[in-house]
Formats: sequence, C-alpha cells, structure tokens
Amino acid sequence: MQLTLWTYEGPPHVGAMRIATAMREVHYVLHAPQGDTYADLLFTMIERRAERPPVTYTTFQARDLGGDTAQLFKDAAREAYARFKPQALLVGASCTAELIQDDPGGLTQALNLPIPVIPLELPAYQRKENWGAAETLYQLVRTLAVKPTQARVKGESKPRCNLLGPTALGFRHRDDVREIRQLLEQIGVEINVVAPLDATPADLARLADADFNVVLYPEVAHQAASWLSRNFRQPATKTIPIGAVATREFIREVAALAGLDPVLAAAQAQSRSPWYSRSVDANYLTGKRVFVFGDASHAIAAARVAAIELGFKVVGLGTYSREFAREVREAATQYGIEALISDDYLEVEAAISAAGPELVLGTQMERHIAKRLGLPCAVISAPVHVQDFPARYSPQMGFEGANVLFDTWVHPLMMGLEEHLIGMFRGDFEFHEDAAPSHLGGPARAAQPAVAPALIELPPADSTDKQVGPAAADLPRLAAAWAPDAEKELRKIPFFVRGKARRNTEAYALSKSVPVITIETLYDAKAHFSR
Amino acid sequence: MSPVIPIQLDGGCGDAPVLRERGQREVFCGLTGIIWLHRKMQDAFFLVVGSRTCAHLIQSAAGVMIFAEPRFATAILDERDLAGLADAQDELDRVVQRLLERRPDIRMLFLVGSCPSEVIKLDLSRAASRLNQRFMPQVRVLNYSGSGIETTFTQGEDACLAALVPVLPVQPPQAEPELLIVGALADVVEDQFSRLFQAMGLKRYAFFPARNASALPAVGPQTRYLLAQPFLGDTAKALESRGARRVASPFPLGAEGSAAWMHAAGAAMGLSAVAVDQAIAPARQRAETALAAHRVTLVGKRIFFFPDSQLELPLARFLARELGMELSEVGTPYLHRQHLAEELAWLPAGTQLSEGQDVEKQLDRCRAARPDVVVCGLGLANPLEAEGFTTKWSIELVFTPIQGFEQAGDLAGLFTRPLTRRQLLAA
Repeated sequence: MQLTLWTYEGPPHVGAMRIATAMREVHYVLHAPQGDTYADLLFTMIERRAERPPVTYTTFQARDLGGDTAQLFKDAAREAYARFKPQALLVGASCTAELIQDDPGGLTQALNLPIPVIPLELPAYQRKENWGAAETLYQLVRTLAVKPTQARVKGESKPRCNLLGPTALGFRHRDDVREIRQLLEQIGVEINVVAPLDATPADLARLADADFNVVLYPEVAHQAASWLSRNFRQPATKTIPIGAVATREFIREVAALAGLDPVLAAAQAQSRSPWYSRSVDANYLTGKRVFVFGDASHAIAAARVAAIELGFKVVGLGTYSREFAREVREAATQYGIEALISDDYLEVEAAISAAGPELVLGTQMERHIAKRLGLPCAVISAPVHVQDFPARYSPQMGFEGANVLFDTWVHPLMMGLEEHLIGMFRGDFEFHEDAAPSHLGGPARAAQPAVAPALIELPPADSTDKQVGPAAADLPRLAAAWAPDAEKELRKIPFFVRGKARRNTEAYALSKSVPVITIETLYDAKAHFSR
Repeated sequence: MSPVIPIQLDGGCGDAPVLRERGQREVFCGLTGIIWLHRKMQDAFFLVVGSRTCAHLIQSAAGVMIFAEPRFATAILDERDLAGLADAQDELDRVVQRLLERRPDIRMLFLVGSCPSEVIKLDLSRAASRLNQRFMPQVRVLNYSGSGIETTFTQGEDACLAALVPVLPVQPPQAEPELLIVGALADVVEDQFSRLFQAMGLKRYAFFPARNASALPAVGPQTRYLLAQPFLGDTAKALESRGARRVASPFPLGAEGSAAWMHAAGAAMGLSAVAVDQAIAPARQRAETALAAHRVTLVGKRIFFFPDSQLELPLARFLARELGMELSEVGTPYLHRQHLAEELAWLPAGTQLSEGQDVEKQLDRCRAARPDVVVCGLGLANPLEAEGFTTKWSIELVFTPIQGFEQAGDLAGLFTRPLTRRQLLAA
C-alpha cells in the first residue's frame, strides 16, 4: 500500500482511453464500475474536446456482482458495436473489473463481431497511464498493420515516414505534430500516417508504406516503433526535437534515414531562440540554477535546452516515468547530479527544497510546489491543467517550439534589465528586491525598513566555555545569531543569491561553533565555500 | 404571502410513473463526496483505500484544491496487497501510522472503502476498530464506503454521515426536544439558517455534520431531524434507529421551498406559523425580488435533467414553480419516495421522471426533446454544447451555496447564465 496525496499518472486504462480518443473509428468497451466515467471529463474539460471519448463503460454496481457481470459486458460490447459501428473494437477491464476476472477478450470473441477486436491486458496494480497508452498502441499496430506485398523501393518516390506517439490529453501534441509535419515536408519527407492522433484503423493498416518512423513521444510510441522495426524493418528516430540544437540534430537524423543531403536539410534551420539567448539581455540567465522534473523525454530534453541553449545550471533532474529511468539517470550524469526517479510528490518537493533552484521546470505539481516555495516555474510536461491546452499555437518541438520554450521559461524569471535596475536601485522605495516582477502583476510591497532585526537569543558570554561541556550536546544545534552589521552587509548581496549566502554562512558558523556571525564570519564563509 | 403551503390542485407527481433504466451510467462515485465533506469537517481526514483510479478520480474532481495540503489521500493497493488479506491490514496500519504522524492535528479519520477494496472484501470496519483502540482518544477512526458499486456521487455524504451517527453522543432522556439539521451546508447558509431560527424563537437546534469532529450533536428520542439535502436515506435510517424522528418537508431551495422548510422546522418545534412568517418575511421578500429578474429569462424555457446528485427533483420543482420553466425530463440516480413525497406533490402533473440511466438512450431522448437547457455532468456538457444545446453543468449545484432565501437568486442565476451567454456570443 502506498500513501498517495496525488498521482502523476492515472491508471493504465486511462492510457488506453488516450489512444482510443485520439483515433477515429475506434471504440473502447471498458468493464468498469459505476463512477469510472469520471475519466471522460479529462477529455471533455481539460482538453475541451467537443465530443465524448469513444468509450462505453459497463458501469456495474454491487447488485450486479452476484449476477452475471460477464453478460453485462457482452451486452455492452454488442450494443456499442451496433450503435457506433467502429472499424475496430478495443476491450478491456479497469482496476476493479480486473479483480472480478471476467475475460473481456474471450467474451467479445464469442460475439463474432465482423471487425477486429483487440483485447487489452492492462495490469492496473502494477502499471500506469503511459504504459497503458504504449501497450494499447502496440496492440493496435500489431493487430492492424499489414505487411506490404511489395517492399518499397527506395528512391522511387519521395522518402516517407510515420509520425508516432501523439495522443489525446498529450502535452502540446496537437501543435508538435503540426510543427514537425511542416519541418519534415520542408526538407522533402512525406508523411505517411500520423498515429494515433486522428488516425483510423485503416490508416494503421498502411503503416508499412513508410520508409521509417519518427518517434515523437517514446513513452507512448517506443514499443510500437520497435515492433515495426523488427517486423517491417522500419528504422525509427531517436532524437526528440525539443530545442533548437536537438531540432537540428533531428533533421540530420531524419536526413540520414531518408537518404537526403543533411547539409542542405540543416540549412533550412532557422529559429529566433538562439539569437535571443545570445542577446545581452539574456546574460543574466547564465548559471541560473534550474530543477527539471517531468516525463522522461521532456525532462531530458528540457535539461539539455536549459544547459546548452540557455546557459542555466541544471541542479536537479528527475522523472516519474519508471520505464525510462535508465535514460534519465544517464542524462543526469552529464550534469554531475543524481537523477530523482519518483512518483511521490513529497519526495520531489524535498528534492527541490534541497537543491535550492532559481527556476523549476516541471509539471502541474511542480508548479504548485514552486508556488509554495516562492520560486519561478514553467510547465514542461504532463500532467497539466486546462491552461496548458492553449487555444494559441504553442508547440514544444521544432524551431517554433524552441521559441515557445525561450519565452515560457524566461518569462517567470526577472527580466535581465529589470534585475539590473533593481541591483542599481537596491533599497529604492518603489523599486526594490522584494517587489514582484512587473510583468507578473500583483500589488507592489513596500520595502522592508533597512533596520537590522534585533538580536534574538544571543548566547551568554560564557557560552563558548559551555559549548565544549557535556551540556552542549543536549542543546539543539541552532543557527548562530547575526550581528546587526553582518545582517546589514548580507542585505548588500544581490537577493537572488542572498538565501544561499545566508545558508552557507550559517552552516559555516555552525561548523566552526561561532556563536555570533560578524562581517568577518560572513566573508570567512564566502572564502571557505568559494574554494 | 400566505402562511399555508399552497398545494397544487392537480395532485402533482405523487404517483406518476417513473421510467427506470439500467445501462451505462455517466455519474461520479461516492468518493467525490470527500471533496466537500473535508471542507466542512475541519479536523477530519479522509483516507481512501483503493486503486490508482480512485486517487486519480479525486485528483481530477478536486482540481486545484488538492495542492493546499489536503485532508484526504489514497492508500493505493498494489499487487502485494492483493496477494493476501492479512498483509493488507498490516499495510493499512503502517499507512495510517505514517499519516497521523504527518498530521497530528487530525481528530477524526475516515477509512473510505472503494470498489477494489469492496471487491476484495478488505474489512475496513475491523481495521477501523483496531486503529481506534490504538489511537483513541486523540483520533477516532471510522469507516464507510464511497465505492461506485454502492454509491452514486452525493450518496458518499450519506454513507459518511450514516457512519457518524452511531458515535453521536446520547441525549439525556429528559432533555428538551431538539431539532437536528442534517446534511452538509455551506457555512454561509448554515449561519443564515441560524439567524432565522433565532428570529423565529427556535433555540434548541444543531447542525449535522458539525464543523468540528469534537463537537458532535447529541441524538435521542427527543431529537427531531430535518433533512437539508435529499440524498440522505441511510443517514435518516441510522438516526431513526437511535430514536430520532423525521420532520417531513420540501427542501430549502428557492423562496417557496425555503419558506416551507422553515415552517416545517417551526411546526416541529411547536412554534406558531405566524412567528415563523414574521421571522422569515424580509428574507423571503428579498428572495422573491431576486427571482423576479431571472424569471423573465427562464419562463417558458424547457429544461432536461440528466441524473447526478438526487437534487434534480427539488431543483426541477423550484424551476417549474418559481421561475416558470417547463420540465422536459427529470432524471435522478435514485428516487427516495418517502423523503421526496413533498417535492413530488409539488411537481407539475405529467412530468417525465426517470430513475437510473442508460446514457445513450437518454441522450437520444434529450436530442429528440430539444430542450432549451440541459443539466448534466462535465463528461456530457461540452459534447452537448457542440451539438448546439445550452448546458448547465450539474456539479456546480453541489459545490455552490444554493440553499435558503439569500441564495435563491444565485441559484436561478446558475441557470440563466448559460442562456445569457449563448445569446451574448451569438450577437
């Protein structure tokens, strides 16, 4: 049993719903108790879909349990087929139905429906949403993709690829697809099928007509892509085109797979974000401490963009995707840190507090953690709330995606010029370090009076003697008190590093058993830690 | 205004046929009740014993609230727990221990059963009594089921309150009669009712649930209880088993409903109708004025209710009688005939009532009826809007203060707003 305040991922059948909802002409019959229909509103509210997800629930109740829940399932499947006439039917059980052990696959076979029926085994007590999505796509592809009678001859026509991975309820999937499609067409690659988003079972049947696959979201498409590569010899891309650098790499990779001239292809590259990053206003971004958490692909990509495109210092990297823990660990070593693999939000909160970042890049949850800790934050990965399914065009991938990332991540930070001015007019009554960034709104707070706080609990004069005595061991190890002039000096340190300076000095004072922190201690500590 | 409750001559819907349907139900399970119950009971914690689905459901339903160190959580069952039952009980102890260490301010802990825990027959009542022995008197541990297989949406509150009834203190036998108002109400509504009761001269009354678990009202044969919510069947039964007697009344929605409810409270406690009328007159007048503005928009409009909370009948009665709306179909997940007898009598004769749901068939009926407003859950609302219907999402009716005189205008406003909006956007 795991105590959970909330969860980064839903159960695996929600992953299956994401595939079914993304596709057209597919229906999902889910053996589930009354109440599990709550998942519909993720699609109708968070993603604001204008139609109901193509899911029929058996919604059994307690009184049905004594009777024939299997019959209930069969009726639901038959009626769903009769009403919706899909090209393919997915059938499966949610967590509770898994316990009552009706066999959706077998029961539906017995109905002899004239369409492919794909039973889904989604172990709800071991696996989660992304796994469920990956497994569902894999099963669909396995069942529906047809081996072509004639192998495609390379060079006969334009190189062709499939885009794999975009789903319903995917973070910016809609716009990523548009951006990558446009990018690929620009370099002369044709798109065969985009799946599962807006694909029909008939579309999946012709997946093999492509020369290679572009895997946009490995969490969803990795398994299907590796099956396609084993069975149809379709190689797949490995680079996630998030960030300008990665997009250029992605173009080179695609060019190699498509047999195009990589130099020519890369020459098409254009983006504003590299120039924005070089512009002097962005100087202030140098070495900003950033903590990155999200699904594996977005977290790895974001850390890379942060480090090499924006010049941040990555002080934390983690994911809730256990399936891709190895990749994240590998990425973390590049930044000399240990990856955090956890789906426990309290652990993530503790790690963020410990790392002391100046910017958090994460999910909806990290947004709230950051709010509580008073840190700037931007969202880079699902789970996300309704505001991250925006009306405007806002991809994460490709060159426009890189522009979006630059704006989204820099926006919550103090703008460089603003930070500079505050440095100059520190203590100014209107323009001081405690004022909120002007572009984030909120009422301006008055500057704190520059009077140093009175010393509290100054240790008695003879305390140095006592410290070595046995009684000292019983005393809690309190931080040393600050002398007024040291406190004043501390306030001269720019506010964005002041917290760290305070912590370091207090740690130093504690380790040296200094009872009162003076200006000397402050600079001793600075020297100590700068080694 | 008349001191007597006007009874329609057409006989209402007292013995009208009800369409009973079974099929796919597009409703929440009882776990959702936690979201408003934990706001009401300020020192209680709700621990769901269930699956990741349960955790995900509460998270989705609670929206943004979940992040402010909520007083609810889920103990997610995993494979190891499914392997053997004895193990699961130990695991539960460990989780509760950790939880109570983290939240020493908690005085009452509800172990909330879910579909998975019910299906594997994890004995939460035994767990609760064992944990009680360990943590009383600091923390009282209770259990109830909010599972989808047993409860629909607001029935979660019913199950929770019914679990609380046995631990209510005993009223001394010679005590004065006392009125118990049953059902979680918004604090603001509770305060308004308190003021009106005092103005009426009603002194001995209490609200259940109370804001604090440590301040539970007493119950005994002298207790008369008045339901503030229509979905409290089991709670009522539990109260009656402790000797309390129900005061029959329509529910306090709208000016008329609130007045009737106040009159029922007064009559049960031996107050004269005149005293009640005098006390509520200004509030009732305000409510009627507030409603008049909305009546212009709503009169003659046809409304269709999908089942959700059991509030549908009282709401339909209010909309029909006080705002002149026409009822196309009124669906409810469960129809408690006895508790709703007064409401049924007030509904216009011939109203199509339905109990239970087969959502596809009901959608067909809705499309055929082409109502002006559809009351439905969030899973249906946007898709219906996309088909050209004007909808009012029903969950808001549970989370918003709608009871009493001062809220009558707001309640009507919830139905005029989507219509006004459609008009504005079309212009």
